[in-house]
Amino acid sequence: MPDTIPGYIGQSVPRREDKRLLRGEGLFVADIQLPNMLHVAIARSQFPHARIKDIDLSKALSAEGVELAISGEDILEQLPPISGMQLATPPGYQERVDTDIQIPDQPLIPHEKVRFVGEPYALVVARNRYLAEDALELISTDFDPLPPVATTDKALDENAPLLHEKLGRNVAAILHTKKGQGAEALKTAPHRLKRRFYHHRYAAMPMECRGVVADYDARTDTLTIWSSTQVVHWVSREVANSLGMPEENVRCIAPDVGGGFGGKGHVYPEDILVAYLARRLQRPVKWIEDRHEHILNSTHSRDNIYDVEIGFDNDGRIETVVSDFVVDSGAYSPIGAGIAGNSIAHMLGPYDIPNYEASSKIVLTNRTPNAPYRGAGRPEVGFAMERAVDLVANELELDPAEVRFRNMIKADQMPYSVGLTYRDGVPIVYDSGDYPKALERALEELGGLKSIRKRQKDALRQGRYIGLGLGCYVEGTGVGPFEGATVKIDATGKIVVATGACPQGQGHETVFAQVTADLWKVPIEDVYVTVADTAHVTMGYGTLASRSTVTASGAIQLASDQIKEKAFAIASGILEAGEKDLELRDSGVGVKGVPGMHISFRDIATAARPGWGHKRPEGIDAGLEATSYYEPPTVTWAYASNAAIVEVNPGTGQVLIENYVEVHDAGVLVNPAIADGQVKGGLVQGLGGGLMEEITYDENGQLLTGSFMDYLLPSASDVPPITVIHQETPSPLNSLGVKGLGEGGAIAPPVVIANAVCDALRPFKAEINSTPVRWGEVAAIFGDDPFKATSTTTTPEMEK
Amino acid sequence: MDEQSISLTVNGTEQNGEAEPRMSLADFLRERLGLTGTHIGCEHGVCGVCTVICDGMAVRSCLMFAVQADKKEIRTIEGLADGDTMHPLQTLFSEQRALQCGFCTPGMLMTAVDLVDNNPSITPPEIKAGMSAVLCRCTGYEGILKAVEAYAKQIKGV
Ligand code: FES
Ligand code: FES
Repeated sequence: MPDTIPGYIGQSVPRREDKRLLRGEGLFVADIQLPNMLHVAIARSQFPHARIKDIDLSKALSAEGVELAISGEDILEQLPPISGMQLATPPGYQERVDTDIQIPDQPLIPHEKVRFVGEPYALVVARNRYLAEDALELISTDFDPLPPVATTDKALDENAPLLHEKLGRNVAAILHTKKGQGAEALKTAPHRLKRRFYHHRYAAMPMECRGVVADYDARTDTLTIWSSTQVVHWVSREVANSLGMPEENVRCIAPDVGGGFGGKGHVYPEDILVAYLARRLQRPVKWIEDRHEHILNSTHSRDNIYDVEIGFDNDGRIETVVSDFVVDSGAYSPIGAGIAGNSIAHMLGPYDIPNYEASSKIVLTNRTPNAPYRGAGRPEVGFAMERAVDLVANELELDPAEVRFRNMIKADQMPYSVGLTYRDGVPIVYDSGDYPKALERALEELGGLKSIRKRQKDALRQGRYIGLGLGCYVEGTGVGPFEGATVKIDATGKIVVATGACPQGQGHETVFAQVTADLWKVPIEDVYVTVADTAHVTMGYGTLASRSTVTASGAIQLASDQIKEKAFAIASGILEAGEKDLELRDSGVGVKGVPGMHISFRDIATAARPGWGHKRPEGIDAGLEATSYYEPPTVTWAYASNAAIVEVNPGTGQVLIENYVEVHDAGVLVNPAIADGQVKGGLVQGLGGGLMEEITYDENGQLLTGSFMDYLLPSASDVPPITVIHQETPSPLNSLGVKGLGEGGAIAPPVVIANAVCDALRPFKAEINSTPVRWGEVAAIFGDDPFKATSTTTTPEMEK
Repeated sequence: MDEQSISLTVNGTEQNGEAEPRMSLADFLRERLGLTGTHIGCEHGVCGVCTVICDGMAVRSCLMFAVQADKKEIRTIEGLADGDTMHPLQTLFSEQRALQCGFCTPGMLMTAVDLVDNNPSITPPEIKAGMSAVLCRCTGYEGILKAVEAYAKQIKGV
């Protein structure tokens, strides 16, 4: 265990971010105003699939205030597409997972054809945004509509038109893996159950849309980019490569970012285009996405169809799980095979299941590209698996809780080797935790299983439909490949930290100050943290995939260790004491047990300076600064059990969540209040996804939900009472004992709601195997169907 | 398009400015007056993050034209604290963990000020309904509701 506790770690330290944000003094990308700045508006396709025959920009170019108007043709020679294959799978992954991956490139502005409603085909740069949008209206186009590939079913048809002719197929990736006997084990299983499950399309939908500002300095040939992104280093690298500039000359800053949740977790065409325009026009250029654009153009997520067959014995012990699923990736796949890879790795969840086989196709359609959003493959696979577990219980007339307990990995089986390979190429070993205890505690919080069942029965006698829904998951967190941090002690003795983490509300400035203060045993006020700025740390990865607390803390620790060694060597010389007799104390280094023998960090920093007066021992080089890259051995495994009580209104089908509980374990919590907020915020997003939020397309690939009038986000009135209980089992994989937790909350709610409704409607043998759970469809289970018209064409045909 | 002159009071200071008739109040505050604390989340009147107070009532500044604010008194997030002294709601928001990314926060605070200051006997269910006017994607609302409830208690002197 670490020697850094107790200190700030584990305390709900108030957030340093709050003051500026509460006073309206935050700086979001849209707030940046530079002298002489120009504004971009982007023309976006109204066709899902069309050949571009002609784009006439002449009228737009002569409109008031317009400086430039371009289409795909104009940048063809200058700007390469975003490479689809840059996110390679790591060595070791293929050993266990067969892959056939051909991710298409994404043009910044296509010149031959458009592939989804919302894809850019031209842009205008003007004196202000109003004028830029006026000029968009003057662009005339000649598009030849192509047959839309509106669904994955259509895409996989052998006569389907191709989205990307070069690929020769509408499939970006095929993955396959097997554990034990895989599907073979179905043959010997006493019971088999087969179903189709569908997790619908919804999106991260941060309150701040995306935006980019870029400023080019011709004198030094440098670009500064402010982007509302989760990955500043990726942006600067991609821009440098695209524009043929040294990476050093491209600085990317994510100032305050108004939520991301994965939707801002990769490079978008606009990041590069705006940088290009700033250099070309030698003036600052700004593009701010509006909400309609955001819904059209920023990545969506989920949208998976699962065919699952499960083999089990008379006691409900699951012997094998066989899954075949497709991901509707839309027109491109910005995060490669990441979502499907996650789904495959997470299907077995907290259960001890000897056989497993999974096949997946990432399928290209004329929809907005699909990229990870909070959960990233886990809510989808969790929906299929946790519904299936309930169905096993139904089949055997067992309690779904009991079936879970029977299959769960026990605490004394930890660490538990799953027999699969994670996305990082390392065999999966669940590192620590007590899964059954989490489920027990969740049930207890709702009054205990027995009393819930009794209440349910009593209610039913009065014609009230109450149901218990469960959902359990595990989550690989803190994934590599690495994170970077630079730590220094400056001339004033303050500790200055910069990391590659790019927060969007997670409170990283506070969290990493806590970690650093404990590592150095200094007051937190003496720690200064910079995030999301490539100028401060050479290489970084970014904040996505529930990774920063694990990976950035690891990097801070490695860098700190390097400087500590130096500081001790210097202190040892000055205090004339052996290094072994020294300790960190009172913002400096002191001799153990001798109160007067102490040297402050400020004096050590002075002693470490290069030049004549230095006081470094022989062999110790100058400065107190180090940069380190933490490469985690593999992921840490967070997990949770969710339980909720719902009541279904038989008249309207309304699903009222009476109480929702999540028992969550993310190891040691650096800042419990922040951690709690992360889980709760995630839960509400999951509830939104389970009941309200939905992106729909018609059968021609036309998007139907292009505003907040059609896309419903949960408001305060939609949130039920929620309890989150933190079970803290330290991870043995890092010295702080931490695991990641940003995504977890969003994983389970859709399946918990579906399970709860089915449980309430047990008398009807109800099965809800798709999301969102719609009142109209629930009401229909009672035999009358007041809202039937609400079902849409997006739900794939369900086999029952 | 021709600009029109307007004069209005913003956070107690008289401001004169020019705006095209089509310019939203949100854009005017942000671009002409540099008051970027008022955020824009949808520009179609649903999210509420652009909420400011106009003549004592909460309004969505994306749905109001700047010229409509002529001769009006506007209060924005920048006018909430008294110099370095935070408004009680700001302090409560921090204490109750009512913000994460902070993007919705200005809209939340201005809505809450309107809600409670104009109705000191407000009840928790009324607060919940009232605060539903603004969307937050990060927090799940628990902290926000607690903070506003605590503020209502302070105002009532309970
Ligand atoms: S920006 Fe005004 S309501 Fe959304
Ligand atoms: S704090 Fe991020 S939207 Fe409310």
